Amino acid sequence: MSAPAGLPPRPAGAVAAYPGGPGGSREAAAPQGAAPRCQNGPVQSQMQFPSGYGSHPPNYSAPSGHYSQVPSKAVSSHLDNQYRASYQSPYYSAPAQNVMTPPVGTNVLNTRESQQFYNSSTPPHTVGLTEGPAQGAIPSGSYVYTSAQQSYSAFGDHYNTSVSSSVASQGFPLNSDHYAMPVVSSAMYPNVSYPPAATSSMYGQAFTSQSLPAAGQFKETNTFSSQSTSVPHSLQQHVPVGYNSTLSTISSAQSFQDNLSKSLTGSVAKVNNQVNRGGIDSSQPVHSVSQNVQLTKPGFGAPASSALISSVRTPAPGLSSQPRSSPSITQSPDSALQEALDSSSTTSSASPVLNNYDALEGGGYPETRSVTNSPVPTPPAPQTSKTSKPFGYGYPALQPAYQNTSPPTPVQATNPSHHPGFQHYPQQYPGVNQLSSSLGGLSLQHSQQPEGLRPINLTQDRNILPVSSVPAPVPNLNSDLRKLNCSPDSFRCTLTNIPQTQALLNKAKLPLGLLLHPFRDLTQLPVITSSTIVRCRSCRTYINPFVSFIDQRRWKCNLCYRVNDVPEEFMYNPLTRSYGEPHKRPEVQNSTVEFIASSDYMLRPPQPAVYLFVLDVSHNAVDAGYLTIVCNSLLENLDKLPGDSRTRIGFITFDSTVQFYNLQEGLSQPQMLIVSDIDDIFLPTPDGLLVNLHESKELIKDLLNALPNMFTNTRETHSALGSALQAAFKLMSPTGGRISVFQTQLPSLGAGLLHSREDPNQRSSTKVVQHLGPATDFYKKLALDCSGQQTAVDLFLLSSQYSDLASLACMSKYSAGCIYYYPSFHHSHNPAQAEKLQKDLKRYLTRKIGFEAVMRIRCTKGLSIHTFHGNFFVRSTDLLSLANVNPDAGFAVQMSIEESLTDTSLACFQTALLYTSSKGERRIRVHTLCLPVVNSLADVYAGADVQAVVCLLANMAVDRSVSSSLPDARDALVNAVVDSLSAYMSTASNLQQSMLIAPNSLKLFPLYVLALLKQKAFRTGTSTRLDDRVYAMCQIKSQPLVHLMKMIHPNLYRIDKLIDESTIHVNDRVVPQPPLQKLSAEKLTREGAFLMDCGSNFYIWIGKNCDNNFIKDVLGYPNYASIPQRMTQLPEIDALPSERTRSFISWLRDNRPLSPVLQVIKDENPAKTDFFQHLIEDRTEAAFSYYEFLLHIQQQICK
Amino acid sequence: MAFTFAAFCYMLALLLTAALIFFAIWHIIAFDELKTDYKNPIDQCNTLNPTVERVKKIKRVKIALKLVLPEYLIHAFFCVMFLCAAEWLTLGLNMPLLAYHIWRYMSRPVMSGPGLYDPTTIMNADILAYCQKEGWCKLAFYLLSFFYYLYGMIYVLVSS
Repeated sequence: MSAPAGLPPRPAGAVAAYPGGPGGSREAAAPQGAAPRCQNGPVQSQMQFPSGYGSHPPNYSAPSGHYSQVPSKAVSSHLDNQYRASYQSPYYSAPAQNVMTPPVGTNVLNTRESQQFYNSSTPPHTVGLTEGPAQGAIPSGSYVYTSAQQSYSAFGDHYNTSVSSSVASQGFPLNSDHYAMPVVSSAMYPNVSYPPAATSSMYGQAFTSQSLPAAGQFKETNTFSSQSTSVPHSLQQHVPVGYNSTLSTISSAQSFQDNLSKSLTGSVAKVNNQVNRGGIDSSQPVHSVSQNVQLTKPGFGAPASSALISSVRTPAPGLSSQPRSSPSITQSPDSALQEALDSSSTTSSASPVLNNYDALEGGGYPETRSVTNSPVPTPPAPQTSKTSKPFGYGYPALQPAYQNTSPPTPVQATNPSHHPGFQHYPQQYPGVNQLSSSLGGLSLQHSQQPEGLRPINLTQDRNILPVSSVPAPVPNLNSDLRKLNCSPDSFRCTLTNIPQTQALLNKAKLPLGLLLHPFRDLTQLPVITSSTIVRCRSCRTYINPFVSFIDQRRWKCNLCYRVNDVPEEFMYNPLTRSYGEPHKRPEVQNSTVEFIASSDYMLRPPQPAVYLFVLDVSHNAVDAGYLTIVCNSLLENLDKLPGDSRTRIGFITFDSTVQFYNLQEGLSQPQMLIVSDIDDIFLPTPDGLLVNLHESKELIKDLLNALPNMFTNTRETHSALGSALQAAFKLMSPTGGRISVFQTQLPSLGAGLLHSREDPNQRSSTKVVQHLGPATDFYKKLALDCSGQQTAVDLFLLSSQYSDLASLACMSKYSAGCIYYYPSFHHSHNPAQAEKLQKDLKRYLTRKIGFEAVMRIRCTKGLSIHTFHGNFFVRSTDLLSLANVNPDAGFAVQMSIEESLTDTSLACFQTALLYTSSKGERRIRVHTLCLPVVNSLADVYAGADVQAVVCLLANMAVDRSVSSSLPDARDALVNAVVDSLSAYMSTASNLQQSMLIAPNSLKLFPLYVLALLKQKAFRTGTSTRLDDRVYAMCQIKSQPLVHLMKMIHPNLYRIDKLIDESTIHVNDRVVPQPPLQKLSAEKLTREGAFLMDCGSNFYIWIGKNCDNNFIKDVLGYPNYASIPQRMTQLPEIDALPSERTRSFISWLRDNRPLSPVLQVIKDENPAKTDFFQHLIEDRTEAAFSYYEFLLHIQQQICK
Repeated sequence: MAFTFAAFCYMLALLLTAALIFFAIWHIIAFDELKTDYKNPIDQCNTLNPTVERVKKIKRVKIALKLVLPEYLIHAFFCVMFLCAAEWLTLGLNMPLLAYHIWRYMSRPVMSGPGLYDPTTIMNADILAYCQKEGWCKLAFYLLSFFYYLYGMIYVLVSS
């Protein structure tokens, strides 16, 4: 046995072995295996393991599993790699029970193959092997992994064969590989690393763990038995193992009795191995499970399965862990297996199979599975029970995976099989522990105290900032689901562990909600063209990776649990060009996909891209000089405006009158039409105002060149914005599109005129801040009209005085537009703002855009949407109407729990954004997020995502400020911290009340809330202009999380001593990674230079005694005194410090859509206050320092 | 047995209260529809597609929301009638609701026309729930007052 262990590593060798024996068969098998997905079943098991090891176990969920499919499918999959890692350790140890030494190496192979075998029929061969070795075989486990890894292709092959190889990993056909090519296998091996386990001993142990599963599954085991004879064979068998897991559990018992009992433990070992693989594959563990079930059935029907062999005997030994199977197991040790192997195996297998299914469904599995892996201690035993039995059924393959996962897990897995399992099983499996003791390797324990719960004493621990940016917490799901889950950049939830009931949520005192960035620029996005988009018939959810396939023809919705049919078309997978594997379609493999929608999704033919620019040309505007910048940017980007040949564009200017421009093709020059009747605005000509961009390009260019100089001598100071907007609405209403409004002052004429409401003496008031709401509903009504005509209004406010942004912003808020604000804009007096406008415009004009969009958010039954935040109009309780959608728009959603989620272990959220692209295509972008449901308060805290919580609270506080008052909102923010921390402290009774303790996941909570209180939007006591405050609020509402966090809590780096340590390489560039500094003046030394990244601004602060070398090398000036007051760029100097600094800054810039403006600040610089106001940990005249804030919170808690 | 002004007031109030009950029911239905709209399975293919049914429903909701002002006016009207008829007890019973109506209308969102509900905030779960509760409470109040007016009318008729 030990030998085997050694083998694993050299899979190649093993492979060779296989070939020898089963080789041919394998190949055949491989194809069958194809079904990988099917294998899902197995997968599950696998999954478990992995998780088991770590913390995941719980997750299993394997929901997907269900795919089950026809035997052919072999699902399974694939996850392996990951799993492997985990598995190996544990499993291996277990040494395979099965063993068959000779085979060992082989066994391993077998394992992988085993599945294949099963499928393929090879079984017989394999079988023989196992046994002898049985015990020795141990190592096999490792094999398993390999298989999983293989890519789909392999599967594909398998599929063909039908049956067996469950393995699976989708992509990778490892299994097949094995068969086909040794090489592959070898690869796999590596993963495996089989330790040579002590076979004999191992068996015992291993079995326990493994055995069960094995048994069930497997016939393989049987094989083993036979194996004893022919070692080599055993290998093959193993493959199935993965399957085993699932199957085994179930069937194992039965089978055991039959064959199994006899079958050797050795087989078991194999199983284990398989399991491992399974685990690996498991990326779709869940699936596998379910699949198994289904599969099995098919199997029955189909002889193919029988081919598998079945015989498994269970590796009885393993049983221990899995009691049920155990019996069989015991027997197994003996030769029984062998019998199974060949002939018997097949036949027998059949029967077992049945059992298996039942078991699966029944849920018995779990135990068995768990068994499988055990191997802990010694390496060895690899394959133990691969028990292939089930395989025959095809399904088996799947199961194995499960088995792999360690026993405990497996259990869970079983459940899943039913459903899918999303359940996590967060907890560990007892079984596991036991095993672990023996195995030693497994480290399930980790999960005991999640990192998120580690208590932190906030008043003592001063260095709570992480070294680099704060990562999003990873949901506690099994690795499969985790891999499939939506990227946290697009979709985040404040609680990555969803509380089971509203009562629990109330106890936690944390808000539950989602932060969305649905139209983010993605580098990789699967786009699906299909005549039928598969959706749940009852709740209209799009098919996604978290649905479960009950069998090949039916899937169960993960939101409403309705069982739906799989359309015929969906059975064909265009990626692999194979039929019958719906679980492998890209829709089911990616949680972010985009569909090209059919005409069912259109109310009218897709609109062309239409852009209308409404420009303020009053004296104030001309003086500010923005026209030049806007016209130049437009000229530069005219060809880059998103759109197709139908793109249209138009211009309106206004002062006290409204001017239209006729750009009809054929005119020699643009024609200006002036309408002075602003009380009853009308369009002076029916056409020619919105023209085709390509046909009238010359006229448009003429106009843009002339526009900046046309009004230079104007004396008109009034602004009839309201009338201009009404005209724009009339112009746009037939098509819809985007209106960009540039405004520089308070509208003073006609409809929508506003009066100054700001009292400058109140700017630093600590009491009431008034006028945060609109003064008139004119702009809101206009926005709603625009929204109804699919027109969005984007506002650029470039003003030096109060312009009542609170009222003007309504035109964008409710029409899904965006708002830009440039206070004190002047082209020459304020070059920083001018540069910012230029950069913003470049991004604004060229970024992607979606027209006539709607976004619907669906969530698991029991959850409901409470409130939306962002720029849109709410059309229905879960439907947002977005006239335009842009990649920089973020949304937040507050959720509530209406019904308890006790009957589900996973909660899913799906956003579907239906829009017309600038090319006139109707598209649907779907994101799906899957999160575990927990029932203990500690778990809720462990999963809190502090950044998302803070962003959602900021959104809620904005609402509160407007509807109630600013002090109210501030109190609510402080109370949010006080309540949640005191609730946490009361759950941890062993904590001393005298200290302020936060769970690790919330350690930054007080800091972020303090930062919010000092943010422009919410601060009091510091002079803040009303427009600045309102703009900050608008940004909070509409920015995606990443940008918002930088706004709330900027990043500070020290850059005068950038070193090569901890650098990263991006595109051949070396990018230094200086650690984050606390936002406190205590960190600023006169000898240093610091960079502050505020999202839209970079500040470089140079200390008075900063090293002259740095100033010379980076800034290009000889000494501190010679640095100019206004410096917005770093020169390119050929020196190492300069290169490092520039590469660091450009790396920071690359990560965001808006290119931030850089400002170099010296002590006397007026921009200094901008910089220092961001040092939020320091005390200011009107606000607490961080430490004082903590004491304040502590006081509040003790009250 | 004489037909006094007070008796006339009660009869009028009786009729108007019947109308108010009808308004209140409509109000409740309207908000319930707003809330449950998304469960409409007919809305299968296209969320953008307003089916005929949907349009009808939206119209109904709009009408219901427009009934607010008439409701307030009717209620204020018979309060004044009771004042004239010196029916102090009845007036006293109606004062709280009258005060609530005045407060409610004073604190409505900023809007240029008459009206109480802001389409941009009405879908907020809190506001929706509040409006529904308001509808039920008013329905109960109007039902009770309907019987009270009936009793009052008979009492006045008999006693005089």
